[in-house]
Amino acid sequence: MAKYLLQKVLIALATVFVLATATFFMMKLIPGDPFASLTTKIEVQERQREYYGLDKPVVEQYLTYMNNLLHGNLGYSLKKTGRTVVDIIREAFPVSAKLGLFSFIIAELIGYLFGILCAQFRGKWPDYLLMIFAVLGIAMPSMVIGPLLRWLFGVVLRWLPVTGWGSFQQMLMPAFVLGLGTIAGNTRAMRASMLGTMTQDYIMTAQAKGLPKAKVVMRHEFKNSLVPLVANLGPGIAGVMMGSFVVESMFLIPGLGRYFVDSITNLDYPLIMGLTIFYGTFLVTLNLLVDVLYGFLDPRIREAVKGAA
Amino acid sequence: MSDTILEVRDLRVTFDMYQGAVQAVRGVSWHLNRRETIGIVGESGCGKSVTIKTAIGLNPVSSGSVKGGEVLFEGTDILRLSEKERRDILGNRMSMIFQDPFTFLNPTMTVGRQIMEVYLQHHKASRREAREKALDILRLISLPNPEENLKRYPHQLSGGMRQRIMIAMALICEPAVLFADEPTTALDVTIQAQIVDLMNSLKEKVDTSIVLITHDMGVVAKMVDRVYVMYAGKIVEHGEAQTIFHHPRHPYTWGLLESVPRLDEKTQDDLPSIPGMPPDLIAPPAGCPFAARCRFCMGICGREAPPEIRLTDPEDGRDHTASCWLCHPECIARNGKTEWRAAHD
Repeated sequence: MAKYLLQKVLIALATVFVLATATFFMMKLIPGDPFASLTTKIEVQERQREYYGLDKPVVEQYLTYMNNLLHGNLGYSLKKTGRTVVDIIREAFPVSAKLGLFSFIIAELIGYLFGILCAQFRGKWPDYLLMIFAVLGIAMPSMVIGPLLRWLFGVVLRWLPVTGWGSFQQMLMPAFVLGLGTIAGNTRAMRASMLGTMTQDYIMTAQAKGLPKAKVVMRHEFKNSLVPLVANLGPGIAGVMMGSFVVESMFLIPGLGRYFVDSITNLDYPLIMGLTIFYGTFLVTLNLLVDVLYGFLDPRIREAVKGAA
Repeated sequence: MSDTILEVRDLRVTFDMYQGAVQAVRGVSWHLNRRETIGIVGESGCGKSVTIKTAIGLNPVSSGSVKGGEVLFEGTDILRLSEKERRDILGNRMSMIFQDPFTFLNPTMTVGRQIMEVYLQHHKASRREAREKALDILRLISLPNPEENLKRYPHQLSGGMRQRIMIAMALICEPAVLFADEPTTALDVTIQAQIVDLMNSLKEKVDTSIVLITHDMGVVAKMVDRVYVMYAGKIVEHGEAQTIFHHPRHPYTWGLLESVPRLDEKTQDDLPSIPGMPPDLIAPPAGCPFAARCRFCMGICGREAPPEIRLTDPEDGRDHTASCWLCHPECIARNGKTEWRAAHD
């Protein structure tokens, strides 16, 4: 098991390295200059470029950057004067992560629940109703569903605040908007998976034991249906925790989402690099965790892992 | 009749399909006495599995429905019980061993939990007590290293061991009736013999009665007291196992017995088989369902379904019935008795 994990970690590190390298050179291909501006004097611009080392050859810049990266130094933001990239991530990521994690947990739970209901009531009205919801959830982007919800719950019913960040009530609506796609996807995936599990022979064994329906579903059908869905967990959770530009802008949430977009339009090189590497590392780590989680769900996979090590 | 523990009377089950209603079970009656083993034999699709799944109270599939008849277990009709009452019997007073130990065990649960689950469902017991009980039953079925094997997952066990686990699951509540749906079909021949011996010995130890479904006449010979031969959703012949093996009267039973390979005869011939296919049960034939495949088919066979004819065994006068016109007194009076003359008799 240790050998298997070590192997996975090495692959993960290599992935991050390739990602950093590719991002660095692609970033340099973007035309433009972070300091080009009509109002700033040419000499000042040149001094800034010199200060940040942007006048050196690209390869040298790359080596310097990678060296700093090894020491956990992601550099200074070019636009937010005096702030390091690490500072920005440290400040904004917890906000995005809190919202994302909350959103993800409720989305997973609701998605699984809806999927189970669909499968159990296959071809009856709860199934149709929830599938319509799921299709809408996948089809409607958050910039459509967000304003509709804000209008309904914020303006008409006045149950929830329209924007802002801090209280639990302020978190509910953005979390739902952010998680809608996950709910919809999970509903469909769980439904399909459980319909497959329900016809398995061992389900008949469970019924023949005289177990009540609820126990058959939760103990025997649910766990076996969950296995194929676990693969989606890693990317799903990383996606929502990194913050969404649309949702965070809409609800005025000081998360990481808007920095992604801003950093690229501003050509804020260190910030682009920093965020990409951070996101990549996070994603890779979660996938690693999911691989481990697989083993807990299905003993046969656990065994294969042991065999490989 | 007080000795009868389970009785199925005129059971009818149909499945609603797109093409029409498939009449899978068309008026089947049988009974099981205490501490007895009965065998229900017949080819695939003749309705044997549906019959016992209905008898134990498992809805075979969602589209299946019971159209008539009753299943009397210790005098109460299973089919009229509430869901809850039915579940209290299921796995507890009546339990079932399924055909394929490779697919009928949950792959993500240790076999120990799967065995204990049954006991915990039907008894007010702690996990520790259930574990003790599970160990007892595993010792009873002589599974090696019961302590260790409880912690294993199904894929870590061999086919024979898994089938023992299935048997342990079925027997942990000491059921009055044990159903076994082709319990040896998926196993190696040597393991088959072990499982048959095990079931025979357990029947005494646990004091249970067995309903065995099989198409393996060898298993029938080793386990069964009485045989019901099923064809196209009906019982076509019934009698003591000895009678069925030595004095069968229905041409379908003859066919079944002829198609058992024999090691004591040197022959170059192909193994005999019953030609043709069973009839379409969406629109079952008006006459005898076997008529189209029967080499003794007479005019009346295609027109009218044969009644169940009581026959007395020539040796001991025990119960024997067959639904065949050949056994009808009028037919015998006119043509003489048609005897089974298989190659090896």
